[in-house]
Amino acid sequence: MSTTRRDFLAAAVGAAAQSPASAHEHDHDHEHDHQVVPSDLTLRVKSLESLLVEKGLVDPAALDALVDTYEHKVGPRNGARVIARAWVDPGYKQRLLADARAAVAELGYNSIQSENLVALENGPKLHNLVVCTLCSCYPSWLIGLPPVWYKSAAYRSRAVIDPRGVLRELGLELAEDVEVRVWDSTAELRYIVVPERPSGSESLGEQALTELVTRDSMIGVAKVAMSHTGDRK
Amino acid sequence: MNGPHDMGGLHGMGPVRIEKNEPVFHARWEGRVYALSIAIRAWNKWNIDTGRHHIELIPAAEYFRMSYYERWFVRLVDLLVETGLVTREEVARGKRARGSPKAVPALPAAQVGSPSGGRAVGRSDAQVAPRYRVGQRVRARTINPAGHTRLPRYARGRLGTIHRDHGVFVFPDTNAHNQGEKPQHVYSVRFAARELWGDQASPRDSVHLDMWDDYLEPA
Repeated sequence: MSTTRRDFLAAAVGAAAQSPASAHEHDHDHEHDHQVVPSDLTLRVKSLESLLVEKGLVDPAALDALVDTYEHKVGPRNGARVIARAWVDPGYKQRLLADARAAVAELGYNSIQSENLVALENGPKLHNLVVCTLCSCYPSWLIGLPPVWYKSAAYRSRAVIDPRGVLRELGLELAEDVEVRVWDSTAELRYIVVPERPSGSESLGEQALTELVTRDSMIGVAKVAMSHTGDRK
Repeated sequence: MNGPHDMGGLHGMGPVRIEKNEPVFHARWEGRVYALSIAIRAWNKWNIDTGRHHIELIPAAEYFRMSYYERWFVRLVDLLVETGLVTREEVARGKRARGSPKAVPALPAAQVGSPSGGRAVGRSDAQVAPRYRVGQRVRARTINPAGHTRLPRYARGRLGTIHRDHGVFVFPDTNAHNQGEKPQHVYSVRFAARELWGDQASPRDSVHLDMWDDYLEPA
């Protein structure tokens, strides 16, 4: 059991209050290894699932398929393909910025939940950053389900009042003459950032460019670098 | 409602920490709660706004203590019971009450992952004229509804500029409470960071919020 993982999750929950899990610091070797929630949640969820299956309200195979979809089929690689295409094809970029939902559908990325999409272009003097202060709105069909930090009280509270401070903490120092625009997803519009194409990437093709684009760069908390290690997915 | 979920601008929430190589779900039950929540939506027993509101209704101290998917679990049980799909007794026992009807799942496995297509979520086909135009100065209303709203406290009473008209959408403040769709325009409204936060903010920066007509008044 890694204490850092537990600390991380505890911070992510943003709890000023003590979590009940602090009362169970001993090591675990099974599936609720990474929770700060009462361990009986595993049982309560199992019990609810079997009830709903027994009542014919849900199909267990549909549940398996949903988990599989979000664990294996939907992820930031989809968004990365969109960004790389926009970098190499100015016409596509124009369509993406004008009507993002239609432009990503051109590449086969239709939202499973039929969501609206807006693309925001970063430049040398403009940095866009996406947050949802009220909940967790996020273009999941393009970049996967939102990570814990995106849904955390820390990010949701601070991204609007201190975006530069948040970015600095995450290793991105923006010059004073760069304009920062924060997009708070308060309605049914989802936002994706088109990061700047890194200098030195001029000779790279679309496929190689796709490999460079990270999830965090499409949220606006990172830039795209020529090489990145420790892929954050 | 002025609930714990409306946290834009709060202090004391700690640093933002990005977990490297984060798994999609940190435990099996998280994935099951997510999948159950999506699959049960196919019954159309509640809309997306009602769903969001039921997360907000979790008492504040509990809301802060709970992890994200624990909130989803609580919300799911509350809505299942409220809409009569299950009873509290059934949830407590984990077994169907004797004699209760057996349904056919509304979301078959074969339909999972296929895009729903058609009109995008939240949009309305209603023909409604916009009350504001791009470039116009507006003020976010000072309101404090006890029910659901998507107008965060930090923007209320502040001056902004209409940046873009997104078209006509269902109004969450009524839709969440089954009081009708009240379709109206939604705009991207630009607020200067200094208008929201004072001199501590950079004069260059701004926050854009998506706002319904009913959240705005002419400035």
